Amino acid sequence: MSATAHAHIDDHAHDEHHHHKETFVTKYIFSQDHKMISKQYLITGLIMGIIGIAMSLMFRMQLAWPGESFPIFEALLGKWAPGGVMDADVYLALVTIHGTIMVFFVLTAGLSGTFSNLLIPLQIGARDMASGFLNMVSYWLFFLSSVIMVISLFVEAGPASAGWTIYPPLSALPQAQGGSGMGMTLWLVSMAIFIASSLLGSLNYIVTVINLRTKGMSMTRLPLTIWAFLVTAIIGVISFPVLFSAALLLIMDRSFGTSFFLSDIFIQGEVLHYQGGSPVLYEHLFWFLGHPEVYIVLLPALGITSEVMSTNARKPIFGYRAMVASILAIAFLSTIVWGHHMFISGMNPFLGSVFTFTTLLIAIPSAVKAFNYITTLWKGNLQLNPGMLFSIGLVSTFISGGLTGIILGDSTLDINVHDTYFVVAHFHLVMGISALYGLFAGVYHWFPKMFEGKMMNKNLGYVHFWVTAVCAYGVFFPMHFVGMAGVPRRYYENTAFPMFDELTDVNVLITIFALIAGLAQLVFLYNFISSIFYGKKGPQNPWKSNTLEWTAPQEHFHGNWHGEIPHVHRWAYDYSKTDKNGEYVIPGQDYVPQHIPLQDDEEELNH
Amino acid sequence: MTALLTIIVLVLVAIAIWQMTKIFELSQVRTMNSQIANDTDNKNNGYLLFAFLIFIYGITIFSFWKYTKFLLPEAASEHGGGYDYLMLISFVIIFIVQTITQALLHYFGYKYRGVEGKKALFFADNNMLEAVWTIIPVIVLAGLILWGLYTWTNIMDINDEDDPLIVELYAQQFNWTARYGGDDNVLGDASVRMIDIDKANVLGLDEADPNASDDIIVKELHLPVGRKVNFKMRSQDVLHSAYMPHFRAQMNCVPGMITQFSFTPITTTEEMRRNPDVVDKVKRTNKLRAQRAANGEDNSDPWEFDYILLCNKICGKSHYNMQMKIIVETQEEYDKWMAEQKTFKETMQPAP
Repeated sequence: MSATAHAHIDDHAHDEHHHHKETFVTKYIFSQDHKMISKQYLITGLIMGIIGIAMSLMFRMQLAWPGESFPIFEALLGKWAPGGVMDADVYLALVTIHGTIMVFFVLTAGLSGTFSNLLIPLQIGARDMASGFLNMVSYWLFFLSSVIMVISLFVEAGPASAGWTIYPPLSALPQAQGGSGMGMTLWLVSMAIFIASSLLGSLNYIVTVINLRTKGMSMTRLPLTIWAFLVTAIIGVISFPVLFSAALLLIMDRSFGTSFFLSDIFIQGEVLHYQGGSPVLYEHLFWFLGHPEVYIVLLPALGITSEVMSTNARKPIFGYRAMVASILAIAFLSTIVWGHHMFISGMNPFLGSVFTFTTLLIAIPSAVKAFNYITTLWKGNLQLNPGMLFSIGLVSTFISGGLTGIILGDSTLDINVHDTYFVVAHFHLVMGISALYGLFAGVYHWFPKMFEGKMMNKNLGYVHFWVTAVCAYGVFFPMHFVGMAGVPRRYYENTAFPMFDELTDVNVLITIFALIAGLAQLVFLYNFISSIFYGKKGPQNPWKSNTLEWTAPQEHFHGNWHGEIPHVHRWAYDYSKTDKNGEYVIPGQDYVPQHIPLQDDEEELNH
Repeated sequence: MTALLTIIVLVLVAIAIWQMTKIFELSQVRTMNSQIANDTDNKNNGYLLFAFLIFIYGITIFSFWKYTKFLLPEAASEHGGGYDYLMLISFVIIFIVQTITQALLHYFGYKYRGVEGKKALFFADNNMLEAVWTIIPVIVLAGLILWGLYTWTNIMDINDEDDPLIVELYAQQFNWTARYGGDDNVLGDASVRMIDIDKANVLGLDEADPNASDDIIVKELHLPVGRKVNFKMRSQDVLHSAYMPHFRAQMNCVPGMITQFSFTPITTTEEMRRNPDVVDKVKRTNKLRAQRAANGEDNSDPWEFDYILLCNKICGKSHYNMQMKIIVETQEEYDKWMAEQKTFKETMQPAP
């Protein structure tokens, strides 16, 4: 920490200061360098992602071929799949842990943790985070919570299986479900640690963005990535503590006999002592985080898309101020719409009306963003790198998934599709797939920055994108129809209802697409790992980008820049800017990086 | 059938691996090339973006063509018609927007694919455009919000006008029970603390409450057509959700509180069985079931259409099989059925 503090007082003496001996432990394990921490986040997130996706493939197989015996189930699930047939309890456990891992461990920590850490200091022109030490603690708490979550998969009575929302009383009573014993305890402990990690990270991001911007980097010159990370961190700080309180009260109900969420329960032949609590209270607390969480997942992906798309379109992002305003509007609205998850929870219908109103309002800034992305492509000179394709893919799934939100956000229409596969299809497209595309766009785009100039193989990247893009729609488009046929989610099999018989074929189709999509991710993994070791070094600024991170040398050292930190003289989006004669501002170069001063007779636009 | 599908999956996996290794080999040959998209990449992926647009339209049309018949039949409740109409209008709007925006996005991706030396347009801002695509969603959404709220308020206005039938839906892991108010149409007081299994008082009715003694407790929900029904939901253990998709009705059952929903069934089970869509659906389903019977598999008895109540909130191991049959019938049939049922007083066991 002292090194970073020093760096700011004394920019010039910096060089010598940083080349002191680093041991393996300080460099790779307990590193305080934001670049190393970001790689740690990414790799941990990817490992959790492999677990989460593998789980989804298993329960998809169960849905397509209910009750069928698969050797792979027996191999992976052991006693939970006697004879290779998946047990109903473990089905729910898989669904629960898949949701938890994907939402929190992959798309919150893996996405926001990775790119906030990598890009905030590099793009605002800082030597490191405000507190390198807290940043390190944040990562190691995340690591600890991941380890506990993985351990919870191996407990005797099974991991948490009450759905990722862990609504009590199901999650509170081991009598109701085996997974609500030790498995749920570990889940709650893991999440409590995760929240601590997320808060430390978020506070650090906020302080860094506000205090450590280089000279000339005003807020209106920040790249949109940084705006997105900043606002994400703010809504994290506002809403994660509420989840913590929900988890804490649930722990009290479970272990110390309080009645915050429980009342009037008769189970397994006896009346429990709980009185006066309300599960609806839990739902409010949970979704007070749960809904902003959707945007904690999505905003960084949108930020990454803005940057990647503008760079590769060789055009400024259209409507910079509108983009910032819509990020702020989405963030604000996201904290007052949580009730749309609870229209039919038994809460007062009038509250439902209020939440319908706020929810549908959120479509407005979202629409603005979508149209701005499309206009950014218009009359561009699109460099269709894998990162760019994933960004375009994100806009596509964000629109398709977002539109069905108009149905779910409407309290009336929600009545009949609530908790059906329609919801599953909606949120997977709009936040799951979109955020994953954002993650992939970021990895392909900033891989050279993470791994000292090495680049990922583009052809494998193309295969990865196209197979994933086709399969993502192949999985989730037909799924809307399954939901509108009335099939509830979290059903182990649909065979108990003859009215769902004919949907088996749809489920088979969905599962086949899902399995192929899973395979496509192996291409990515192969590409990622082999490029770390054997990737070819590219140029320092491979995408001809304007932002500051590409002015930093390819090799990694603590402090990012030799000598002075570059100063900023313009916004990040001067792509293809021309002077009065129609010539590029810098002859022969279609971009003007942020650290280049205004040229003679160049006009600075008020964006 | 399943064996065939497994084989198909394996074949596809094999093809995918084969293709990947091939692509990998190709990419190895050209390692000299840079990993930054060149004009060829831009051209190929630009065409692919256009092809992808066709794929999106294709899968949309395919899904509508193949799967529309799987959707729920026309609503069997009074408010259901309005619900379906609002759903239809919302879908029309969604598909107009979806078709246009996806077309623009992918067409621009194809049209403006990069070419070395081409100059992009420096176009950073336009207040007019921004205003247009802010105001259009505002107007459309205002309409949808107002319409939705009007319908919502009507549906959720649960009152005692028009002499509604009062029915309690009682949820527990993993089955449903229904309770009628009996002759007085008033439900007796109940609480889980009064459950007495030995005396067969499984719903915890207050034995001292005169309103409770004539209550009728059943495992199959019968409703007279055309009469408003006010449901009172209870749960004894965890959250459940009473989901009656054919009536466009759903409400969670929450331990510790009584939740409510109300609707008027307008189509009897018999009439619904004659609905052409339902007739087709039953025919298709029974064909599948006959196939299964021929293969000696389970779940192969012929099916007759019935309304159904499902649990739609994760409630534990057998969540997937928590159901109750609903029968909507004429008033006479309903009265006849009701007359055959025993009251709570009659079913209660004497204290041992």
